[in-house]
Amino acid sequence: MTWIDDRLPVTETYEKHMSKYYAPKNFNFWYYFGILATVVLAMQLLTGLWLTMSYNPSGEGAFASVEYIMRDVEYGWLLRYLHSTGASAFFVVVYAHMFRGMMYGSYQKPRELIWLFGMAIYLLLMTEGFLGYLLPWGNLAYWAAQVIVSLASVIPVVGEDIAIWVRGDYLMSGITLTRFFALHVFAVPLMLLGLVVLHFLALHEVGSNNPDGVDIKKHKDAEGRPLDGIPFHPYYTVHDLVAIVVFLFVFCIVVFYFPEGGGYFLEAPNFEMADPLKTPDHIVPVWYFTPYYAMLRAVTYPLFGLDAKLWGLVVMAGAIAILFVLPWLDRSPVKSIRYKGLASKIFLGLFAISFIVLGYLGTVLPTPGVTMLAQACTAIYFAYFLLMPWYTKVEKTKPVPERVTG
Amino acid sequence: MSEDGKDNSRRNFLIGATGVVGAAGAVGAAIPFVASWNPSAKARAAGASIKVDISSLRPGEILGPFPEWRGQPIFIVRRTEETLQNIAKLNDAVADPQSQRESQQPSYAQNEYRSRKPEILVIVGICTHLGCSPKVRIKAEPAPFDENWLGGFFCPCHGTLFDLAGRVYSGFPAPSNMLVPPHYYETENVIVIGEEEMS
Repeated sequence: MTWIDDRLPVTETYEKHMSKYYAPKNFNFWYYFGILATVVLAMQLLTGLWLTMSYNPSGEGAFASVEYIMRDVEYGWLLRYLHSTGASAFFVVVYAHMFRGMMYGSYQKPRELIWLFGMAIYLLLMTEGFLGYLLPWGNLAYWAAQVIVSLASVIPVVGEDIAIWVRGDYLMSGITLTRFFALHVFAVPLMLLGLVVLHFLALHEVGSNNPDGVDIKKHKDAEGRPLDGIPFHPYYTVHDLVAIVVFLFVFCIVVFYFPEGGGYFLEAPNFEMADPLKTPDHIVPVWYFTPYYAMLRAVTYPLFGLDAKLWGLVVMAGAIAILFVLPWLDRSPVKSIRYKGLASKIFLGLFAISFIVLGYLGTVLPTPGVTMLAQACTAIYFAYFLLMPWYTKVEKTKPVPERVTG
Repeated sequence: MSEDGKDNSRRNFLIGATGVVGAAGAVGAAIPFVASWNPSAKARAAGASIKVDISSLRPGEILGPFPEWRGQPIFIVRRTEETLQNIAKLNDAVADPQSQRESQQPSYAQNEYRSRKPEILVIVGICTHLGCSPKVRIKAEPAPFDENWLGGFFCPCHGTLFDLAGRVYSGFPAPSNMLVPPHYYETENVIVIGEEEMS
């Protein structure tokens, strides 16, 4: 081992990041989702790689190659279901992981960069999901991609040209499919891996937050170890192993018994091949995009001479962009929701409810009632962020303890 | 095993037990990935055995290189009495007259004519040197490469000669006799090539 350590800092790195990395001892359920996201990432990379061995990324052959994987390749059906369920699982886990950050103020100083890297990962993950979704060349995916790429055309003056440039063709075609394949398999995963590494390094530089928002580095023992900290290995490695196994149980139940997720993980219209001349009755994006889709559709008034279409895009993009600046909107002296005032608790609760309701609204037909509710929920969603500099400043917070309470 | 007076045996057992279960899980998880590399149902269908009807094949004629089996050209020759006698004459000229190299033919073809029925030769038309397709020269007449040619195959790539039992002549680059594929006679005139007979 010394021979290796003299040439590569293996033991030093292991100690710095595992056996001598002190994490708060009061992690709760919400703290599992980071490692679960890593597990899902590894699984998507492995199953995705195996799928590329049998998949044909051409407009003519893609759909048939997926059916070939499902029917003819040994265990091909399992590899496919692992990958498709994995995509949905990724978003479940990532949304929970982000919510933990919002609840406990994990984005506050000195962790703003961790949050920014995480938001970049979220953005890339959505891109990756969008690109991958098109690859089986199902009809719903084709038209959903058609809609999303056409969004570019609302940009004044250059929009239409941009849309053609993205597609590589005058309509969504096999050319678009093949380039999306290259991006989905190679470019985006590479960027994702890089950002995940940065996310981890930024975290380890400052250490984890915890449900009480207490800084464990303030109280150390004689050897300089935080009193409320425990070494990541073996405590959290074992702790997380249990969580991973439970997660895999639930995951496998879905993979083996409900891979179509009631029509939400693998949608019915996607079992027909892409047809440029036949739009499905009901175009909806896949479930993890529906909250933003509901916001997009909720904007129905033109303003300043620009179409409602453009403003819808602005609102939708703004909903994601505003998440980036969260660390600077939160003026509270206190990190964790446990010690914040009533206003923060109410607004966070409303935010979560509005996001879920928007998610549902994005799946149904936009009747006037649905549109009004979507507009209200969009307003609540933005209120959480836009009013935050005010309510976090004026609300009455509870005193934060010196040591963690568990 | 104790450090500082502590008994670590329970901990070690738990670590060991978890490790074993984890390893079993890893093997189980690896199965779909490894198995998916096996030929798919489509590949197995394309590689299935073929049936050839030789009723219209007359003595001294050859059928081939179609149909092929698993991408390999198959030749079927209905040999004459004369050809069979010529084969016996070539025992000293060929490298492996008794077909002793077992990999080149099934057991029922490990005889002087390398076939189930003496008059019908079923052979894979690939030179055992580097895989070229040999040219067919059935007729026993003088050839540019051999004045006393008694019929067989001539490989144009490096000059290897095979007789009408697919046996390789001595002194040529190819190391072994041409491959006899697994086959059986479903009826008098229909040969199934690519699998053994179910008995």
